[in-house]
Amino acid sequence: MADEQPTRARRASLGAAALVGAGVMAAVDEIVFHQVLAWHHFYDRSTTTVGLLSDGLLHAAELLAVVAGFFLLLDLRRRGALDARAGWAGALLGAGAFQLFDGVVVHKVLGLHQVRYDVDLLPYDVAWNAAAAVLLVLGAVLAWRSRPVPERA
Amino acid sequence: MTHDAGPSDWLLALAPALLLLGAYLAGWSRARRRRPWPALRLASWVAGCALLAVALAPPLMQAAHHDPRAHMAVHLLLGMYAPLALVLAAPVTLALTALPAPAARRVTAVLRHPVLHVLSHPVTAGVLVTGGLAALYLTPLYALSLTQPLVHAAVHVHLLASGLLLAWALAGPDPAPRRPGTAVRLTVLLLGAAAHAVLAKTLYARAGELPPGTHQPVATAEAAAQLMYYGGDVAEVLLAVALLAQWYRRRARRPVLTAAAGRPRR
Repeated sequence: MADEQPTRARRASLGAAALVGAGVMAAVDEIVFHQVLAWHHFYDRSTTTVGLLSDGLLHAAELLAVVAGFFLLLDLRRRGALDARAGWAGALLGAGAFQLFDGVVVHKVLGLHQVRYDVDLLPYDVAWNAAAAVLLVLGAVLAWRSRPVPERA
Repeated sequence: MTHDAGPSDWLLALAPALLLLGAYLAGWSRARRRRPWPALRLASWVAGCALLAVALAPPLMQAAHHDPRAHMAVHLLLGMYAPLALVLAAPVTLALTALPAPAARRVTAVLRHPVLHVLSHPVTAGVLVTGGLAALYLTPLYALSLTQPLVHAAVHVHLLASGLLLAWALAGPDPAPRRPGTAVRLTVLLLGAAAHAVLAKTLYARAGELPPGTHQPVATAEAAAQLMYYGGDVAEVLLAVALLAQWYRRRARRPVLTAAAGRPRR
């Protein structure tokens, strides 16, 4: 019983922070690559109707994920159940998962838009997905280190 | 088309905001004698009336007739931002507190009416908002509203009314019988936000063709579509914050067992 609660707090912290991490990564994508660098295009002429619909759904989910994740973290903190290390692990895992999803599904499978236009795409795609892998590995390491240590020796 | 607005044009345009402001202030001065009324709610109502006034004021309205970007600003203010600010001011609660008992009972009777239950359900409100937008931008309705003053007025009334209904159903602090739980309301917000984003990108993709019969310059139509997309994002995030802040406050009232000690905290 005493072991169960910290495990639940850890899982809840990880999940809530993953929502925030994924949403923040999406916001970074929108602000840095769409607006500041203007590498991505708001709309790509090759986008299909299905692509447009899933893009809208994904975009709405990103917005709500940040807000919902933030309130879940606040609630965990209020209940004294926020596991900070698991939270950081979740944020990195969420950000990495979103980056990988964006790099593979959004850019390649759905073809909504590309990383950059009028350049050789391969190095950009490799860098994009390598960044995702780095975030995921860092998150996994942190998650591993946040696991509960057995108390009985 | 762009004649100078005279004093009567201004008065007519600002009348709705002034009436709403006057009614709330009258209620507020009575209600606060019975119980303290949060200043933030009063501020929210004043802000909502100000947004409404900006949207309806002759300069922006006249610009909206020939510039799609100005039209989109009106659309965002009237359909999203003003409704949220007005709804967060809890006008129904204020009316119930300020009105004498018989009148308050009539308000309660309206709230309990089955028609209102259906109308104020988040799904109904979401369909009314999304359907209205789709009809406006994907059919010749928009072009018609530019030449027919009555259609123009009806479009704007629908925009404000459906926006109020959706904000009230999703995030209103007012009592609403049979308001569904947080999960249903978040789902409606998700689908509504998705539809808004898809519609905005469709307008961008087909700038110059849509709305049918308007022949807008491609560059300004694209800018208007982006304004709709990102302006909608901010409004939807504010709606989500208002919705989840209620969830957060409700949860605080639940007794919670902490991990180690097993006794209630707070």
